[in-house]
Amino acid sequence: MANESLKAKMADYTAKVEKAAAKNPERQNLAHNRLYTPLDIEGFDYERDLGFPGEYPFTRGVQPTMYRGRFWTMRMYAGFSTAEESNKRYRYLLESGGTGLSCAFDLPTQIGYDSDDAIAEGEIGKVGVAIDTLKDMEILFDQIDLGKVSTSMTINAPAAVLLAMYIAVAEKQGVPADKLNGTIQNDILKEYAARGTYIFPPKPSMRLITNIFEYCSKHVPQWNTISISGYHIREAGSTASQEIAFTIADGIAYVDAAIKAGLNVDDFAGRLSFFWNAHNNVLEEVAKFRASRRVWAKVMKERFGAQSPKSWMLRVHTQTAGSMLTAQQPDNNIVRVALQTAAAVMGGTQSLHTNSKDEALALPTEDSVRIALRTQQIVAYESGLADVVDPLGGSYYVEALTDKIEKECWDYIKKIDDLGGAVEAIEKGYIQKEIQESAYRWQMDVESKQRIIVGVNQFQIKEKTPEGLLRVDAAVGEFQKNKLAKVKAERDNAAVKAKLAALEEACKDESKNLMPVIVDAVKVYASLGEICGVMRKVFGEYEAHVSL
Amino acid sequence: MEKRIRVLVAKPGLDGHDRGAKVVARALRDAGFEVIYTGLRQTPEQITEAALQEDVNVIAMSLLSGAHNTLFPKVVKMIRDKGMNDVLIIGGGVIPDADIPGLKEAGVSAVFTPGTPTGSIIEFIKTNVK
Repeated sequence: MANESLKAKMADYTAKVEKAAAKNPERQNLAHNRLYTPLDIEGFDYERDLGFPGEYPFTRGVQPTMYRGRFWTMRMYAGFSTAEESNKRYRYLLESGGTGLSCAFDLPTQIGYDSDDAIAEGEIGKVGVAIDTLKDMEILFDQIDLGKVSTSMTINAPAAVLLAMYIAVAEKQGVPADKLNGTIQNDILKEYAARGTYIFPPKPSMRLITNIFEYCSKHVPQWNTISISGYHIREAGSTASQEIAFTIADGIAYVDAAIKAGLNVDDFAGRLSFFWNAHNNVLEEVAKFRASRRVWAKVMKERFGAQSPKSWMLRVHTQTAGSMLTAQQPDNNIVRVALQTAAAVMGGTQSLHTNSKDEALALPTEDSVRIALRTQQIVAYESGLADVVDPLGGSYYVEALTDKIEKECWDYIKKIDDLGGAVEAIEKGYIQKEIQESAYRWQMDVESKQRIIVGVNQFQIKEKTPEGLLRVDAAVGEFQKNKLAKVKAERDNAAVKAKLAALEEACKDESKNLMPVIVDAVKVYASLGEICGVMRKVFGEYEAHVSL
Repeated sequence: MEKRIRVLVAKPGLDGHDRGAKVVARALRDAGFEVIYTGLRQTPEQITEAALQEDVNVIAMSLLSGAHNTLFPKVVKMIRDKGMNDVLIIGGGVIPDADIPGLKEAGVSAVFTPGTPTGSIIEFIKTNVK
């Protein structure tokens, strides 16, 4: 066997390593082996493990030609202050060569409160744009043709309401729903596990999600109905393997719920999409992307018996890692984002949002967001990384790491299955605990300098306070409240009352799909807070139990 | 025996990013403090109530949403209005340097921004708890 001679040579090499290491001791606690050879991928079968791009198990990518035919969608997450201000930023990004929109909503919007709610105090327009009624959505997409642009909306608990508003704005523009392209995040399980913007308990939340799957499969067929998100799980501190394992476990729970609700897997599975984080460890990230596609393909084909190849494909949007950016020496973040971009592109993402250098300090300025977009364009047009499909396929290291991450992922899925699935695992606090543990280990590694973060625990300098950061005007809250009051005064309040009453009835009847009634309600300018208020009344609210 | 320092770790406002709060809570506990974590979305009223009930020496608030200028001073005022004058109040999160003097003036004793080692927070508490 060829491997016998290789093993013998490995022994010689190891002996040499010992001598070399005696002279120059290696760094300790490195996560991976020193060297990878064919011995690390024994049993590797090209056709079974990789196959061709665009073919099962999609390890090498979901499209046959990947970026040679079309680059990934360059989609910069943006939104702050009012719909008026955010509209300006969207048009700026589209004029600068951005190819899709990605809407950030403020926290009151994400948790289903209007700007005039007491709980919204201090938060209006801060981390995203404030949306109270359809009026705001009309302003947000003013002069942007929804028939041409693809829009991703980071909205979860009230996803149905924002999607309804988007459909209503499109209708006003004369764009029919079946021409709409985009994604709503709509992933509530990771909100319970990692990000915290939940409203309702799991059961009605899962109903809302499957209602959206069903409604869109009939009326908005090109819409990605969910973006099952590992991004936030990683930001909360998980490892790469945990990121994809917990997310795929969430995906399994959504597919299970939809099948239980009577849907046919191949009717909705092709519109499921995923959302990964791109961290600094470039090759580990590439392996993570590849492993995730292989795992999902197997889950869909073998576990759920999906027949359509579209149902087997894990299509992914990626964001570079916000948590990896440092407030110290923020210019260094440009380099970090470039590496993360390279990882996402070599990993085969379908869409990418790059973070701006100043995001560990504030929301990005127009200048810093341009550098972030240019980073993607440089990788696309100048680096050569987009010229070849899956350029790292066949690397001993990357293949071995892909296998390892896949194995760790299956181990977690098995554990979560044993706990009764992702919903149960989250309710028992298992997933949160695993993430917290990794986050704590990371912090301790940084503090003990087992892990070096340039500019933070090594290579520090005396820094001057950064200037020119974006600040959201404190007057935004008042502006938004006045706008809402005006809408409430001018709309047909009897119609609003009637639509909200119809929504309440529909909420109580589990056999009803809530989407059509929500669309009706937003069209008469019922506010997000009013609509979510009705659902809160019927469904109740989720209460988290934290154990440290 | 010396009484253990009791710390309330709180997340005011609507922001759900609690990685930092949980890491700090755990580090404080490992350093020998008694730690109570409030969980997410606490109003200033709820934080004050919890601080009173738990008879804490320190309130450590974490916020990333930009609402710190509204919410931190509100908590300080409510705590002092309840006569808890010895309670040390500190904050952390994504907080621009330019806002820190204002927060200190409002009675937040220290603001720990990203990259702070947990050891510095522990030291600060040990030195400043009355």
